[in-house]
Amino acid sequence: MKTVIEASEAVALGAKLSRVKVCPMYPITPSTHIPERISDYIFDGEMDAEMIHVESEHSAASALIGSILTGARSFTATSSNGFELMYEILPILSGMRLPAVMAVANRAVAGPINIWNDHSDAVSARDQGWVQFYVESSQECIDTIIQCYKIAEDKNVQMPVMMCLDGFSLTHVFENVDIPEQKQVDSFLPPFKREDILDVKNPKTFGPIGLPDSFMNFKKQQQDAMINAIDVIKKANLDYKKLFGRGYGDGLIELYKMDDAEYAILAMGTICGTAKAKAEELRAKGKKVGVIRLRSYRPFPVEALKKAFKKLTRLAVLDRHISLGSDGPLFTEINAIAPGLDVFGYIAGLGGRDVTLDHMESVYLDLETGKQKREWLM
Amino acid sequence: MVLKEVRFHGRGGQGAVTSSQVLAIAAFHDGKFTQAFPNFGVERTGAPVESYTRIDDKHINVRSHVYSPAYVIVLDPSLMANVDVTKGLKKDALIIVNSNKTPSELGLKGFDAKSIDITKVALEVIGKPFVNIAALGAFAAMTGEVSIEALNKAIDERFAEKGKIAGLNKEACRVLYEKAKGMK
Repeated sequence: MKTVIEASEAVALGAKLSRVKVCPMYPITPSTHIPERISDYIFDGEMDAEMIHVESEHSAASALIGSILTGARSFTATSSNGFELMYEILPILSGMRLPAVMAVANRAVAGPINIWNDHSDAVSARDQGWVQFYVESSQECIDTIIQCYKIAEDKNVQMPVMMCLDGFSLTHVFENVDIPEQKQVDSFLPPFKREDILDVKNPKTFGPIGLPDSFMNFKKQQQDAMINAIDVIKKANLDYKKLFGRGYGDGLIELYKMDDAEYAILAMGTICGTAKAKAEELRAKGKKVGVIRLRSYRPFPVEALKKAFKKLTRLAVLDRHISLGSDGPLFTEINAIAPGLDVFGYIAGLGGRDVTLDHMESVYLDLETGKQKREWLM
Repeated sequence: MVLKEVRFHGRGGQGAVTSSQVLAIAAFHDGKFTQAFPNFGVERTGAPVESYTRIDDKHINVRSHVYSPAYVIVLDPSLMANVDVTKGLKKDALIIVNSNKTPSELGLKGFDAKSIDITKVALEVIGKPFVNIAALGAFAAMTGEVSIEALNKAIDERFAEKGKIAGLNKEACRVLYEKAKGMK
């Protein structure tokens, strides 16, 4: 059904359509509309799920462990410092190979206190064993939440997945969304089945100690699972496209006007839309510019990116996070896989600083002239 | 069509954010693509609030704030003492002000500005100074960017659970639409 809804509602609908059973949630701006909508659905009898009103985000993440171990498909959402309060539990969920799905309404982490958007919350957790998607639109929110369960629960993956959407810049935007039919979602996403469950009649231990003789093997298995996720993400995107007519690049990266592009901007999230708008404008003036949107930050799609870089003269990477004392993490990582390519790195949009069409124009101009003028897009 | 951007100026609690959303829903019913979003600051009742709607006939890529709107709607003219409602305006932009004063009395000489007393109509029809939705009736008539039918549909949708509010807002919209038609 085509309609106009807020992106937060699109996320909540994604969880509802995925027939989520347990939602341990704790509100924090700008993610709060997500638990609010889910509460509505449960109260109105549209969603057969239990909302656990936990006392903190640490408890929300902990409750995910318990609920998934009972065999219930589970969901939560958070932002910023709430996300940081979950931090201890994030690698436990992935270490226990539990297919949790979480929406992260990206927001700067304090201090100074700031409720607005950047990627410093989720990007700082890139090493915690969660698949990380960064989305651009409300439509992509609803589609991706459904895909997240498909990927997380795949037997070759079994890792938690977070879908990151820009706080306010996306969470609070009303826009056109085509809501998928429940029947079609059911045919894409079968019910969650787990063999090893918490059962009082058949007691088992979950999450025991990993001694030096096994811990490293567990990590290797997790790494293998993440690499497996690359193909699983591509397949989920393709299968979804076949059913619903919508896909997002190859699932890992999305290319915009890249066929003959000489200069490209690479980024994650909503600022890619603004880059696309500028690229479209410059294309009309004959400039060979394009946009690479990184959708899957973890796993990091090295091969897909390398292929996208092949014809490029120069590339600009926009990070909405800074690894203080180093550089933009995305810039550093892209540099590592593109040794022959001239890559410019920019820090942009921290703490809600708007990333404008003028910023994008200045970046494309830098790429064309080969002289990087502004490393921080202030 | 080219992308059209609308900026709403109101005060916290006045419903400018809802205005932008209802306009977006109406544009959708006219078959358009749309975005509506607030410029979130520190929200307090009475503080100046800005909200935006984008309308196009294709998917809208740009996601920055709105800097040079084609239309500005000022729900409370007293804001203009502290807020520059003309900032970034395109040359041919239209400013619609809720006021019984003329645009030049409001200091908008040199701009394409139209004033219309939305509060008066709201008080007569709704019985309360609810101007946020009523203003859209004037906007529809003055700009032609959205149909009154789509607006009615959007109001019904947005206020489905609020009893007679939908009907009263539709009536206020209709009165302002008729009133503003001659002002196009």
